[in-house]
Amino acid sequence: MQSVIELHGVVALLGRFPALAGVDLTVNRGEIVLLQGPNGAGKTSVLRVCAGLLPIERGTGHVLGIDLSTQREAIRSRVGLLGHTNGLYLDLTVSQNISFWASTVGANQAEVEAAMSLMRVDGRLATVKASQLSAGQRRRTALASLIVRRAEVWLLDEPHAGLDSAGRDELDSLLRTAVASGATVVLSSHESERASALASRSVVIDGGRAQ
Amino acid sequence: MQLDKTSPSGTGTPATRTLGVLVIASLIALSLFGLVFSAEDVVQGSTVRIMYVHVPSIWVAYMAFAFTAISSAVYLTAKNRSLGWDRFAGASAEIGVLFVAISLVTGSLWGRLTWGTYWVWDARLTSTAFLFITYIGYLAVRRLGGTHRQRARRSGVLALLAVLEIPLVHFSVRVWRSLHQEASVADKGTDVELDGLMLFSLFFGLVAFTLLFVWLVIHRQRTLWLEDAYADKGLDAAIVARREEAGV
Amino acid sequence: MSTHSVSRITVSLAVARKDLAIEWNSKILVNQVAPFSAIVMVLFAFALDNEGILQRVAPGLVWLATLFSMLVVIQRTFAVESADGALDALRVAGIDPSAIFFGKAIALMVQLFALELLLVATAVVLYGVEMSALGFLEVLVTLATATIGLGFVGTIYGGLASAVRGRETLLPLLLLPVVAPVLIGATRATEAAFESGGAKVSEGWPWISLLLMFAVIFGVVGSVAFGPLIDE
Repeated sequence: MQSVIELHGVVALLGRFPALAGVDLTVNRGEIVLLQGPNGAGKTSVLRVCAGLLPIERGTGHVLGIDLSTQREAIRSRVGLLGHTNGLYLDLTVSQNISFWASTVGANQAEVEAAMSLMRVDGRLATVKASQLSAGQRRRTALASLIVRRAEVWLLDEPHAGLDSAGRDELDSLLRTAVASGATVVLSSHESERASALASRSVVIDGGRAQ
Repeated sequence: MQLDKTSPSGTGTPATRTLGVLVIASLIALSLFGLVFSAEDVVQGSTVRIMYVHVPSIWVAYMAFAFTAISSAVYLTAKNRSLGWDRFAGASAEIGVLFVAISLVTGSLWGRLTWGTYWVWDARLTSTAFLFITYIGYLAVRRLGGTHRQRARRSGVLALLAVLEIPLVHFSVRVWRSLHQEASVADKGTDVELDGLMLFSLFFGLVAFTLLFVWLVIHRQRTLWLEDAYADKGLDAAIVARREEAGV
Repeated sequence: MSTHSVSRITVSLAVARKDLAIEWNSKILVNQVAPFSAIVMVLFAFALDNEGILQRVAPGLVWLATLFSMLVVIQRTFAVESADGALDALRVAGIDPSAIFFGKAIALMVQLFALELLLVATAVVLYGVEMSALGFLEVLVTLATATIGLGFVGTIYGGLASAVRGRETLLPLLLLPVVAPVLIGATRATEAAFESGGAKVSEGWPWISLLLMFAVIFGVVGSVAFGPLIDE
């Protein structure tokens, strides 16, 4: 079982609009796959399908061997999705946000602190409300929440967006470490040079399909 | 039942056409029995004739909502999750709402004529009004948009919640009323002495309206089917269009 | 890798604690909803304009004000989930929907209970309601049982209405018919506790059993129905 993600002819709808119009995609364990393509091409939807959030209308899909058509819910605890939105509670502080996500998977305080220092949202930032953070700081908080969730498959939608160059370097090394310890990463990015250097392979998504 | 494989080309089949003729005939017959053949009531006079529409209407409404609940349960539990059952649930609820409205209107007109008032805070009336509102909410949820399956799952769960809600509302409204006044006017007012022919007309009304319900629900289910099929047909075209966006 | 399995109760409590922490940080309930509830009670007094009538109908007004305030609180409790896509994140995290349901319901109940205490106090001050010691106990039990039912049913329909963005306006239409039994039961029980209109304190207890039944039914049903209602 080397392929972690397998999509065949996947059609997925946003309302009545076919955001995905027959995607074929295979991702193997330990890969970092970069999804490229113009805005609105379907990159986000590919990630949401893989996370078990968006139902498949036609075609077949498997993630970690789990059938996305029938067991969409089962996949969710094993993947981590960083979407366009950060999934933060704006009225909670940085450390409250990360601790909440940690408590849902039973991660301890040490793991929370490690993730926070890795993403540089510790110290003064820890007690700041998410609503008062800059875009980059929110992104880092969301990534720290993702780290404590210990996912097997990381699905990252524009993870570089909003980060400064030091933050981007840290993110890249974080992803390399995660992959080295057995995780698989699929990400979309407009930072094509940086992301291509990071990725083991890139796939162009356009017109709701992998080209 | 072959529900999802192919959509119908129209809504009529020889069987439903026969049924339709039967419905028209029985409604004409009901009109004759209700308006001409059956006698006036000793107390209420011709007013009593409202009964031949009022009682069958609420009967159809109850039947329709029960069918909505059953179809929803079948949809949610059946392995293949055939959308046909969801469409039956939706079709039936629409017809139910229509007939509750008819029975509320005819009932309050009847009440105006016999008790001098359109509305009394009687337990049965009050919980019927709740029934009406509840299924208006159900129909609103059906129109929320999204995919067919989203619609089917949401409204299916909602229909089953309504099955719980209705007895609770009815029970609490009944206890509420019984504490404050003795047996309601509505119960006294409808205590009509029915002779043989009146009773026959009433039962004939139930049969005629039941046939009407069956005819309506079949056709409505099929028009909903066509609507879904039309949306799906649009989907094929939309997929092609979506693919052509590539490289533009 | 996700080796730590966490019990549903732990997750429910984490969700509840999170919602209450949000309220603690934002003070929306204290600064916005509670004043709104109080002004509703004052407006009732303007509309009815008669102290005898006010005293008589005080229980009904307390519960009507509760229902209106509840709509605001429910919309708030789901707005914090959709503001930055947190509900998506909860779902991707594979958190059991029934744990989300119980967690959000518990937090809602705590907030509602606080609001109801305020409304009862307002009725005492503004409407001249008086209670015996036993009556006060009965009020507390009524508040508790009614609140549990309202918390469950509010979470079910709040979740459904928030699952479709921009359709939060659907909430009152779906929710208010369902909570009619709570309005009836809680109002009668509170009438008995206030001894308004010649009611006796002992007459309230059967109504409390109706409230309890309502709470149990929707607690059980909600834990099953919530998942399918909020999913895409």
